Amino acid sequence: MLQNEVEFAFASDLMSDVLTIQSDGMMLLTGLANVQAVRTAEMSDVSCIVFVRNKKATPEMIELARENDTILIECPYSMFKTSGILFQQGLKPVF
Amino acid sequence: MFFDYEIIGGDFSNAGQASSSVKKVLKQLNVDPKVIKRVVVCLYEAEVNVVAHAFSGKIFVDIDTERIVMRLQDTGPGIPDIPMAMQMGYSTASAEVREMGFGAGMGLPNINNNADEFKINSIVGEGTNVEIVVYFDGESYERGR
Repeated sequence: MLQNEVEFAFASDLMSDVLTIQSDGMMLLTGLANVQAVRTAEMSDVSCIVFVRNKKATPEMIELARENDTILIECPYSMFKTSGILFQQGLKPVF
Repeated sequence: MFFDYEIIGGDFSNAGQASSSVKKVLKQLNVDPKVIKRVVVCLYEAEVNVVAHAFSGKIFVDIDTERIVMRLQDTGPGIPDIPMAMQMGYSTASAEVREMGFGAGMGLPNINNNADEFKINSIVGEGTNVEIVVYFDGESYERGR
């Protein structure tokens, strides 16, 4: 899974917003650390979730992510800072 | 192929299990990933609606070579004003539902955007029935865009 490339990133705490995005090859940045964030990633074909603001993944979330080969990353930075760093590194916005 | 699933109102930790199972079936059937995404987004939004608003519900899935039909029947408060509920941004969701990342009034409009056919009827005090159809060829959907 670590060889997977992502081209786009989307940052939101609202899973309904994530479910409206049509782009493939997308990473999700969110401060919503619950099972529904991992489920939403599964439904939206999101291969990687970055939990910002020092949010932690629970064992239940990790188990679900493992079933779907979803990569979970915990990050201590704010959503804004995380987005800025990834944008500078070339990740594109979905719109 | 027929499948059915039970949904328990308020059971957020299991919300999405039916959608996940349908996704696996469609992958095995080699359905176009873009179409699979539309199907599971519809079903997941509908499933979350039942968990968020109803007491209990059932999902009936019927798959043939051309299309998938998903029927969700719930026992719950029903929807008094369906045109209003279909409006983007209108929601009666609880604070708990919002904390789960939903309840922004986007679910029904999003189902409508992804489905080829979408029917909803509801009796206040009894429950809501939803029928979603997605065709696997994706052509009728693209034409409608």
